[in-house]
Amino acid sequence: MALPLVPRAIANQPWLPMIVSSILAGLGFLTLYSAAGGKLTPWALPHGMRFGVFFVLALALSYVRPGWWKETVVYAYLGVMLLLVVVLGMGVVGGGARSWLDFGPIRLQPSELIKPVLVIALATFYTHMPPSNIRTFGALWPAGLMISIPVGVILLQPDLGTSMLLTLSGITTMFLAGLPLMWFIGGALFVGLAIPAIFPFLMQHQQERIMILLDPSQDPLGSGYHITQSKIAIGSGGITGQGYLNGTQSHLQFLPEQHTDFIFSALAEEWGLVGGLFLLVCLGLLLWWGMRVAMRAKGRYEKLLAGGLTSIIFFYASINLMMVMGLAPVVGIPLPLVSWGGSAMMTVMICLGLLMGIERQNWRDAQR
Amino acid sequence: MRKRRRHAPLLTEQTQQLTFTRRALVVGGLQGAVGLLLAGRMAYIAIAENERSQLQAEENRVHLRLIPPRRGWIVDRNGLPIAQNRSNFRIDLLPDRVDDEDQLLAQLQPLLDLTPDDIERVKTELARAGSQPVQVKELPGDRYDQYAAVVLRQQEMPGVSPLRGFSRQYPEGAAVGHLIGYVGTPNREEFLAANRNPLFVTPGFKIGKEGLEKTMEATLEGRPGAARVEMTARGRIVRELDSLDDTPGQQVRTTIDIGLQSYAARRLGDESGACVVIDCRSGDILCLASMPAYDPNAFADGISRNEWAFLAEDQRKPLLNKALNGLYPPGSTFKPTVAMALLRAGVDPNERVFCGGGYSLGNRTFRCLGRHGPMNMHQAIARSCNTYFYSMGRRVGIDALAPVCREMGFGTRFDLPVVSQHYGTVPDAGWKVRRFDQQWGQADTLNTSIGQGYVSVNPLQLAISSARIASGRDLQPRLLLTDAPPGPALPYSDEAFAAVRGGMWEVVNGAGTAVRSRLPFRDIQMAGKTGTAQVRRITGTQRGQSGEWRFRDHGLFIFFAPTDNPIYAGAVVIEHGLGGARAAAPVAKDVMTYLFDKELAMQALLPLEQSWGGNIAERTARRAEAWAAGRAAATQNGG
Repeated sequence: MALPLVPRAIANQPWLPMIVSSILAGLGFLTLYSAAGGKLTPWALPHGMRFGVFFVLALALSYVRPGWWKETVVYAYLGVMLLLVVVLGMGVVGGGARSWLDFGPIRLQPSELIKPVLVIALATFYTHMPPSNIRTFGALWPAGLMISIPVGVILLQPDLGTSMLLTLSGITTMFLAGLPLMWFIGGALFVGLAIPAIFPFLMQHQQERIMILLDPSQDPLGSGYHITQSKIAIGSGGITGQGYLNGTQSHLQFLPEQHTDFIFSALAEEWGLVGGLFLLVCLGLLLWWGMRVAMRAKGRYEKLLAGGLTSIIFFYASINLMMVMGLAPVVGIPLPLVSWGGSAMMTVMICLGLLMGIERQNWRDAQR
Repeated sequence: MRKRRRHAPLLTEQTQQLTFTRRALVVGGLQGAVGLLLAGRMAYIAIAENERSQLQAEENRVHLRLIPPRRGWIVDRNGLPIAQNRSNFRIDLLPDRVDDEDQLLAQLQPLLDLTPDDIERVKTELARAGSQPVQVKELPGDRYDQYAAVVLRQQEMPGVSPLRGFSRQYPEGAAVGHLIGYVGTPNREEFLAANRNPLFVTPGFKIGKEGLEKTMEATLEGRPGAARVEMTARGRIVRELDSLDDTPGQQVRTTIDIGLQSYAARRLGDESGACVVIDCRSGDILCLASMPAYDPNAFADGISRNEWAFLAEDQRKPLLNKALNGLYPPGSTFKPTVAMALLRAGVDPNERVFCGGGYSLGNRTFRCLGRHGPMNMHQAIARSCNTYFYSMGRRVGIDALAPVCREMGFGTRFDLPVVSQHYGTVPDAGWKVRRFDQQWGQADTLNTSIGQGYVSVNPLQLAISSARIASGRDLQPRLLLTDAPPGPALPYSDEAFAAVRGGMWEVVNGAGTAVRSRLPFRDIQMAGKTGTAQVRRITGTQRGQSGEWRFRDHGLFIFFAPTDNPIYAGAVVIEHGLGGARAAAPVAKDVMTYLFDKELAMQALLPLEQSWGGNIAERTARRAEAWAAGRAAATQNGG
């Protein structure tokens, strides 16, 4: 598809993810600038600079052959698990969970790193498995163990949102690997029936969040406040929005966490339905590209890896958006690339870097 | 195992590729479906809920804030301020927005120097405040530093609301306490009585709770202004959108001479009593002092339970306005009024009654304080001879006495802007039947004739009786300055007035009971009448001149000056002061001196104040301290 006048080095770049991720980060920059009352600090400028750094990192990662990850994943998995255990013992508490490791200038959430690592590990596991074994119990339990060990540790932090996201992207990878369909249907049925059964054993604030999701008006000034104010922000934006820098819900701090989890509401308040749909389309493009990379990949490993990585981005975005629109409980998942905060951006950019690496592999395979 | 073998050949890499493609399409499809769901949900919120959400966002953003009106001043007859406004800073708590009141108060304590008393008061008020703001502290206008310290930390202390406003100030403090009253934050009953007027729950708004502040509320209040403000979720005001200025309340100009009022209050000293002075040309009340009194400034920023208990438990009753609500037997100060009644009934002022030390009625002897010999009316007033009044009073009868006593102002409630006045009793036959279901006896007439028995009056009535005798007019007391003409002349001959006024002149300036309280002027003389009123029945030798304070006789004095052309008239009552000549007349002398020569009066007052141990505020503070110490000791012993 290369245009004749464009040099090959420039034509052969994964332009779509590069451009779309920049647009999303740009939307984040604009919204953060507005949320700070029309100031570059404390959010917009660091957000932009951080994106620049991770963009370069992702490009660098895209030049690594995907196969290399397969060979090193054992060490990566064990290393991150070690960090996860360490963080339980000496981590820093932030947002109610002990999930941060403090290395001076850099603060790291190992629970973010584990997401791509787990997907690589699962893809590697299923690649090494003979096709004939895929419908046996041997295909299920090692993968289940690989998922549930980090999920269990993260639940101890406690971070419900991250463990949910990790479980879902792990299961998606298993689904793509071709495990019997009945297992997934049965599992879904089991979970559906189990939620009412385990509900009484959840912590009180988790119970409240689920109850409030069903009826936010129950507690408009307490825990339901977040959802109510978020819906007011989106609703008052209407079709074309209140206008840039004119959102009162965010500027007067009625919108909680307007720079992190609820940034979409702040954006929708000022840009309206038009802005919100534009953001959805951008995210959709990114996911469409990811799934296309997966479909076009030659090797089973590359296919599974690309599908799993895409699902991480998907679950990030969809859980966050469902949360701010009152379709999911408030679990504390940021909107990737748009929300303030480096950890989620790092995870998503690593995923994009790996996906671009697979796309380069696809191009090389196609030329052969 | 068999089953798996049979399927095994089907599971090749080829079929796995196919499975992946199929399932990837499913996953992609599901992702697209979620995307559509989100887009639909967003469209629903943005379009269907748009109108409601915009309204809610506007409700979040804009708050209407009332601006309490500046209260009208209360000034004296010369325009000097009695109650004025002072710009101040105030710190309120908005109960709805307070998370942890203990922590908040702990944060505020060092910033505002809150005392344990303050904190206790704020907590009790918070407990019953509902959603109304509770005042933590009012800072005077020169404590900008403390105000700024709170404003700076407002972000960390949700629910704290610092405001600039005005507070009420009473320069003369306790001296005007009972007269002016005080202002305070409206309570729940007042809020409901005002039809839930939102002004009543606006921080900084105060209404009159006592005295003129309460009765003149409608004039003083003014109309509030309003401002639409943009407010953050934490209650910080971002900017004012538009505003309407308040209309300040109107000034109330009283008839009081604030200098005189203050002097009289100081001169009463530690005694419990009242001093009333009336301009007997117009009826203007120049002075309506009642001591001891509370300091209305102390009520301005809320009063703690301890401060209140200190006032309520004092046996000298600082919460009672004695000039209007204190009722006393008038004793001999009633005699000039009785004399007017005798004259009205046709008694010749020159007729003599022989005083042998008492008067016999049946087998009872009504005693006089001396053996005065032959007495005419003039002498009987000057020497305060009971025998003369027993004898003459009995001759004319109660039906001739009572109407004139009422004409002189006793038993009357005056048309004044005051919260309450106790008007006392002028007894007659009908009254006794109604009250006790008993027939009126001659003994009752005798007791009434010397101002004892059932008679009870308040100090304002005493002052009015004196003013009416001095002026010969039916004067009505006035508290608000108007141009209304004084009342019509009373129906007595000049000779009648001359007899009574002459007797009163002699009390002070001749051979009377109060010669030591003669005015220190060559050309200005004061006339008067002393009175000593029993508090309880005389039993045995105890005559109310010794023993426990609360059983001692009251000392009373009525007066007018100058004698030849009366300008001022008044009354002094000293509760349990032992005697009129001893306790009340000297106060009247100094107060009258003040009206004619301020410097001379001050020279008399300052040494007295020094011997009492400081001015009113200093003495009150010392007493409060002693009270608190005594209470602490009592609690310790009790516990």
